[in-house]
Amino acid sequence: MERPAWAPRSIDISVPSVSRMYDFYLGGSHNFEVDREAARKAMEFMPGLPKVMQANRAFMRRAVRFAAAEGIDQFLDIGSGIPTFGNVHEVAQAARPGAHVVYVDHDPVAVAHSQAVLKDVENAGVVAADLLKPQEILASAPVQELIDLKRPVALLLVAILHFVEDADDPYSAVAELRDALAPGSLLVVTHAAFEGIPLPQEQAEGTVGVYKNIRNPLIMRTREQIARFFEGYDMVEPGLVPMPDWRPDTAPEDEDPYSFSGLGGVGRTA
Amino acid sequence: MTAEPDGPEDRLRRFATIWSRAVFPVTSTSLTRPEFEEQLLPLAGRLSDALRARTFEAEAGHTVGAALVAAHCTDPEALSRALDCVDAYLVLYCGEDGHQETLRNRSARLQHAMAAGYARALRERTLTEQQAISQAALTARSAVAEALHDSEARFRAVFEGAAIGIGIADLDGNMLQANGALLRMFGGTAQSMRGRRVTEWTHPEDAPQVWRLYDELVSGEREHYHVEKAFYRPDGTALWTNLTVSLLRDADGEPQYQLALMEDTTERRLLNLRLRYEATHDALTGLPNRTLFFERLEKALAAGQGQRFGLCYLDLDGFKTINDSLGHAAGDRLLVEVADRLQSCATAPGEMVARLGGDEFVALTTGPDTEREVEELAGRIMNALVTPISIDGRELTVRGSIGVVEGPAGVRGAADVLRSADITMYRAKSAGGNRFELADPEADARAITRHGLTTALPAALDRGEFFIEYQPLVHLGDGSVRGAEALVRWLHPQHGVLGPDRFIPLAEHTGLIVPLGRWVLEQSVRQARTWQQRHPGGGPLRVNVNLSPCQLTHPGLVQDTVDILEREGLAAEALCLEVTESALIGADDDLLKPLRRLAEMGVDIALDDFGTGYSNLANLRRLPVSILKLDRSFTQGMQQFPADPVDLKIVEGIVSLAHSLDLAVTVEGVETGAQAEQLRILGCDTAQGWYYARPGPPDRLHDLALVDATG
Repeated sequence: MERPAWAPRSIDISVPSVSRMYDFYLGGSHNFEVDREAARKAMEFMPGLPKVMQANRAFMRRAVRFAAAEGIDQFLDIGSGIPTFGNVHEVAQAARPGAHVVYVDHDPVAVAHSQAVLKDVENAGVVAADLLKPQEILASAPVQELIDLKRPVALLLVAILHFVEDADDPYSAVAELRDALAPGSLLVVTHAAFEGIPLPQEQAEGTVGVYKNIRNPLIMRTREQIARFFEGYDMVEPGLVPMPDWRPDTAPEDEDPYSFSGLGGVGRTA
Repeated sequence: MTAEPDGPEDRLRRFATIWSRAVFPVTSTSLTRPEFEEQLLPLAGRLSDALRARTFEAEAGHTVGAALVAAHCTDPEALSRALDCVDAYLVLYCGEDGHQETLRNRSARLQHAMAAGYARALRERTLTEQQAISQAALTARSAVAEALHDSEARFRAVFEGAAIGIGIADLDGNMLQANGALLRMFGGTAQSMRGRRVTEWTHPEDAPQVWRLYDELVSGEREHYHVEKAFYRPDGTALWTNLTVSLLRDADGEPQYQLALMEDTTERRLLNLRLRYEATHDALTGLPNRTLFFERLEKALAAGQGQRFGLCYLDLDGFKTINDSLGHAAGDRLLVEVADRLQSCATAPGEMVARLGGDEFVALTTGPDTEREVEELAGRIMNALVTPISIDGRELTVRGSIGVVEGPAGVRGAADVLRSADITMYRAKSAGGNRFELADPEADARAITRHGLTTALPAALDRGEFFIEYQPLVHLGDGSVRGAEALVRWLHPQHGVLGPDRFIPLAEHTGLIVPLGRWVLEQSVRQARTWQQRHPGGGPLRVNVNLSPCQLTHPGLVQDTVDILEREGLAAEALCLEVTESALIGADDDLLKPLRRLAEMGVDIALDDFGTGYSNLANLRRLPVSILKLDRSFTQGMQQFPADPVDLKIVEGIVSLAHSLDLAVTVEGVETGAQAEQLRILGCDTAQGWYYARPGPPDRLHDLALVDATG
């Protein structure tokens, strides 16, 4: 039965959370045994999963720096998860001191943790909200206070869209956000895909099955399907590519093969 | 900074490069490898210094180990690779020319210190992070708990404060919770409600599906249902509710509770029942009214094979007279008494009595045996009316006429049946009343026309379907046309031209006679005025207009007549109003007063059809009458030759009597010259009849009068 709208999402730490699993892949200890158990199961099928996460972090880091170099000093990171290291505000504020950052997540534990981490950080805030309700995000106090929607914003949807099923229509949520952004804004997306995974698809599907079992299905999309999220954006060079190939700092040939799983890209609003 | 090739700095850098290449693949850092190498370079320097320091500093090894953790080399494999690297290359790249044995020994001790520092830092970091995430979970939980608490408080307030009754029960029907509104509806307390079982709340008025829906719901086959349901209050009275029951499921979709929402509709229902009763019952007698009767009749007529119906249509004889003479209050009391008596005649199941309006009642019997029963029912009704009814100390004898219709269900419609009953009732009435007649298709067919005419009458006047023909009145002395009698006709769209005998009684019955009579008077007066204008040389042409009994009693008669004469500009002397003898029988002064007023104004009053009723000769002198119109029956005997001597004597006597009372005599129905001559000899003044002219359009009369004047 669907959860009634008025009931807050319950905090059940006996259920694995994708945010804490992500932290575990990255060697963190912001996680519980259920998270680790699920993550270990997923890694049985794809031992290189941590490298995918690391590639995501590295991609995000380059994208934020790129945005900062483009003159953007406002960042909206939806699906931010558990802040570990190399967070958007660290990268952004290192590149542009005083940059404004708002994190958004629907996992209350992730939000509580983010609040603790950001307690003494200036110009950064957290919103507990769902990607599928863009208006709630845009109307939230932190966004109202920290983000000026009349100026360009970097919108980060890193490793989140592959957790939204088509039935929930992520495309229209993304479009709604796009329509709220000023010209010159950037959309940063990474997304899981079978494309690039250095394994037979049947084996990778084992990992998908793990996420399905923890009731947080991982939706593998094709390149075309992922490209559709960029509707209304002009793709920044080199377009939608395996993450290590996007404006690399070092030769991509040195990267772990797993890093090439999935796709990432940046678009700019006209 | 450029390092001297193979100088100490270059060698240190090469060591850091090897180190970073070994460890980078197992780190979690988001830095690039060159960036990572930059992070390792100072650590390599620290190790290099410690390697060659005079005394061993464990601190250097601790710091480097801890720094690895800080650089996100949290995978123990990173430590292992780092130690391998230090073991193999530190002395080689950073030992310079020191004593190999001592350097190796120092390197081993540094590795031990690195491992210890790494382990301590990793343990620290793990504990801190565990603490942080637990704290976050706790914070989030209490935030949710608070939100839940707020939400629960809100919903509790909604639950308690709702005006609608809300109750929650488990799937076995045990009541778990009820809100205030529900308790108030049931008149119970929270205590009395707890532990009650929903399934005890049956009520005799439960619709058949109520408990089937309930079973489907608690077994999870149905999500909700909505019914109207009655409950017993503790005092035994009924509580009527609009009840909606929903199934509540748990997070896994398993049925868990049932939720009842109920709205007290008792008052509304009572109001509806009362409104329904009022809409279906006659306020005066309390009997079912026309609406309810038609519902029942239609149901009876729609009944299945073998079912029949019997209908008695009762109209009281002479009720109007009672109403007119004793007043409406008395009339009403009479109707109430009649209603009570009728009610006692139809007590069997399938029988009903209703009042259709006025003094019209119906009794209905249904079932397979109505052929026999309906006649018994009619008999009982006649019997019930036999005993006089006492009103204001007067014993009133009430009689009625009943039309009886009986037949099988499924053949005729309600309106058809009722019309047949109505027609049959009129047949009983015209046969003298105080009887019942059985419907007969042939008699129906005859009467249907009359019925149709009655209903078509009002619209006919509006549509101008009436017209007037004029029959000349001829002076017997000189044969001159003196005027004409106006005779109204109805050009019926289906039946063609109808004479007054066909519709005047109907118009009398429906009251349409008043506007119709006024119209006839208006037309006739206008016509008379036209004749006078077109025929100024001749004597005044008069017009005779018939007045029906109903018009006589109408309070506007005098004023209407005066108004019309004035408006059309006709002298009162040119108008003669004809009143039948029977209308004036027993007339009191009140009734005669308007006629007197008209007579005083100069309007002639003719006594029509004289000799057909109980001609009260003594009465003649007090009537404001100036003309007697002898009925055509007197002239019929004069058509033969020689004329019937007795008729001659009678006419002679009447003429002599009339003349002695100063009344003129007009004869009707003159058809031959012999008749005319005879009547002239007898002293009659004026005559009308086919011998002179049939009734015709006004222009004909004009022509006749013209011939008359010139000839």
